[in-house]
Amino acid sequence: MARTPDGPPPPPAVQKLRLRYAKRGRLRFSSHRDFQRALERALRRSAVPMAYSAGFTPHPKVSYANAAPTGTASEAEYVELSVVSRVDPQALRAALDSSLPPGLDVLEVVEAPPGALADLLEASDWEIVLPGVRPDELTAALQALLARDEVTVERLMKTGVRRFDARGPIVLAEVVDPRAEPGRARSEAGCAAQALSGDCAILRAVVRHTTPAVRPDDVLTALRVVADLVPPSPPQVTRLAQGPLGAAGAVADPLAVAGPVGGA
Amino acid sequence: MPVESLFPALEPLLARVTKPIQYVGGELNSTVKDWDEVDVRWALMYPDAYEVGVPNQGTMILYEVLNERPDVLAERTYAVWPDLEALMREHRVPQFTVDAHRPVGAFDVLGLSFSTELGYTNMLTALDLAGIPMHAADRTIEDPIVLAGGHAAFNPEPIATFIDAAVVGDGEQAVLMISDIIKAWKGEGRPGGRDELLMRLARTGGVYVPAFYDVDYLPDGRIQRVAPNRSGVPWRVSKHTVMDLDEWPYPKAPLVPLAETVHERVSVEIFRGCTRGCRFCQAGMITRPVRERSITGIGEMIEKGLAATGFEEVGLLSLSSADHSEIGDLAKGLADRYEGTNTGLSLPSTRVDAFNIDLANELSRGGRRSGLTFAPEGGSERLRRVINKMVSEDDLIRTVAAAYSNGWRQVKLYFMCGLPTETDEDVLQIAEMAAHVIAKGREVSGSNDIRCTVSIGGFVPKPHTPFQWAAQLGAAETDARLAKLRDAIRTDKKYGRAIGFRYHDGKPGIVEGLLSRGDRRVGRVIEAVWRDGGRFDGWGEHFSYDRWMNAADQALADLPVDVAWYTTREREFSEVLPWDHLDSGLDKDWLWEDWQDALADVEVEDCRWTPCFDCGVCPQLGTEIQVGPTGKTLLPVTVLGAPAQRLLAT
Repeated sequence: MARTPDGPPPPPAVQKLRLRYAKRGRLRFSSHRDFQRALERALRRSAVPMAYSAGFTPHPKVSYANAAPTGTASEAEYVELSVVSRVDPQALRAALDSSLPPGLDVLEVVEAPPGALADLLEASDWEIVLPGVRPDELTAALQALLARDEVTVERLMKTGVRRFDARGPIVLAEVVDPRAEPGRARSEAGCAAQALSGDCAILRAVVRHTTPAVRPDDVLTALRVVADLVPPSPPQVTRLAQGPLGAAGAVADPLAVAGPVGGA
Repeated sequence: MPVESLFPALEPLLARVTKPIQYVGGELNSTVKDWDEVDVRWALMYPDAYEVGVPNQGTMILYEVLNERPDVLAERTYAVWPDLEALMREHRVPQFTVDAHRPVGAFDVLGLSFSTELGYTNMLTALDLAGIPMHAADRTIEDPIVLAGGHAAFNPEPIATFIDAAVVGDGEQAVLMISDIIKAWKGEGRPGGRDELLMRLARTGGVYVPAFYDVDYLPDGRIQRVAPNRSGVPWRVSKHTVMDLDEWPYPKAPLVPLAETVHERVSVEIFRGCTRGCRFCQAGMITRPVRERSITGIGEMIEKGLAATGFEEVGLLSLSSADHSEIGDLAKGLADRYEGTNTGLSLPSTRVDAFNIDLANELSRGGRRSGLTFAPEGGSERLRRVINKMVSEDDLIRTVAAAYSNGWRQVKLYFMCGLPTETDEDVLQIAEMAAHVIAKGREVSGSNDIRCTVSIGGFVPKPHTPFQWAAQLGAAETDARLAKLRDAIRTDKKYGRAIGFRYHDGKPGIVEGLLSRGDRRVGRVIEAVWRDGGRFDGWGEHFSYDRWMNAADQALADLPVDVAWYTTREREFSEVLPWDHLDSGLDKDWLWEDWQDALADVEVEDCRWTPCFDCGVCPQLGTEIQVGPTGKTLLPVTVLGAPAQRLLAT
């Protein structure tokens, strides 16, 4: 028989808020669980009136959606939280941002409209900086990849090695030559150092969210499978955006559907 | 000279290792100071993985105490996992601090805190990666002073060739004293080089410099004598004792890492020292006398610690937390303060006889109810008299009955195997005790949903305890005894299924025993193990008993001693012990009498509530017991005050 704690149930949630945050610089090495702990502690330090689950070990009500992999930077991570007193989204953004370490930066807070946040996150726009790779060799490899209907890749997961198609979910992809178009690199890393000293190419790819998710390293694996492209040093990956997938393959802002409230 | 950050060299490697966040630094409440703005620079190492090292209270306290000094900086470094170690060697990245990623070799001091001897091989990895010569004798004026502290430093002899110095006892004042000496020596232009600095440290009487002592051996392998090899060096080095804990409210702002660590809570040391007199317990012997923090001092540390961290759990630490003279008022005051805030309170070390259910109810009022854990240590009444841990089975049954009738369903019991005079029969009584616990639990709760977990490991005799002369039980004998206990629990048809059984086999205990009571000759074994790839000996997946035994066979082959000589051999009173010249304050005659009392099943009381029984610590070190009650109470605090108001929508 399930036991429940004595005493009254926890107060109900009266407001839901959606946050966009960035994972930048060194803190791209934080895992999703690392971020969860950091956020929950920041919520306590800044005294956010969080709603808690019932039970013997109450947890603050925070929904996490589709976190970027460890080692990957992001400008577009999203969470939703529930509070027991109405808070001002702007004040919450400022308080949380100053409470989290530099590199985990809260960019935007809006009041959540009805519906699930996860449903809005249909695709991601990735920027993959490849130091030591020439733009022309990346272009050739990408053309070979896009010419195929399906490219099977393998990834080691907790349940063992899984095989899945990494081509199908790629909606759009293009190569940016950082020397030809110096303004096009959007992530902070860009190819700044490499552009001066050697080869560097940038891959931009819009990838639809599927199960299992096709991650940037799966796209790189696919490039290796079709064209034997092996980057000589670790790629620097940044998620530039994630959200609803538009008709032309553009990724829209998932917080824009919230209407005119909030924003930063 | 500016010291460059190693991070640009490290960063490309991080994409290729597990849990890279542990090497990044930037923890909340961490400190980075300008290299050139200070006179003395400490690298503090907890020689284990980051996840174990960050929550270590000792390191965290010293980090803060040192960084509060404007003329001193302290940064932290931890043992890197083998995956990063290999990449660092390949790409020539030296051992770094996580705060500013500065090379450890550039600091004035590398201070290592050894809670356990199993960190010794990790020290050698760090020295090697840092480019610091492994043997103290080979170091130059450009190398840091390698300084050991922590409980294991009470017998630093096995690592005597690797360290320059050791400090025993409380570190707070000691690190400041050492900083002053280094600052003065550097300010004078480093006269006399490294030797002069070590001499200045040794002359204080509170810093042990192994190179200034010679050890002579008898033909049979025992030590003949340990003596200073130059004038001005004391015959015995004293431990440091901090009096008045309220003047040392550290850590004030505990580190909050992004990476997951073994303890994620605000830990407040509610008292230091213990005089219960458990004869196996090194911590209880070497941290005397008892010094309580006041109830108001504790309350203030918790309030500030929670605000500075956002942790949701508070640990009230000590060697026996329910023994604090105001524990009842403290628990109630804290429960009142933090009611409704989902803040958990825990009392990690609780004696059965000091525990009461009102206390447990107060602590779980915050909404979080953890399991109850008690450590009877010995299975039989007789054995508990031998070890002087006088908790009776009646106490235990009464306590668990109260717990089970108040809604607890799970009790964990900790024991040791291989205690002096122990027989199979003593250990088998653990099964009976667990069965009684389950029977009582079912009776008072009216439910069969009752669990009791028995957790047991091998006993390792430790220096500066009455059992320092005792023979350790061999690994095979330990395992055989544990197997009998396991079978006894499994064959109990009525209660066996409700009893969980967890045990640690005897092999790691033998290595720990070798390192605990070893002398300088054991250093060869440590180095041989390290050269053979030994790392992270506290971790089951990395520890190799065979590697240790093979290394010992070879390294000790030309000596009249072996692993058994160090571990399973009983010592005589007249034998010179490797740590006799390190003064823990305990009178060796008293320790011997207490050992003889143990063999005669005679108990000794706690001097907090009986007259002094002359263990020697207070008169020897000029210290005294500091206990309450203060009679003060905790006033309510506004937990959700101004910060919350600022956030609310208007």
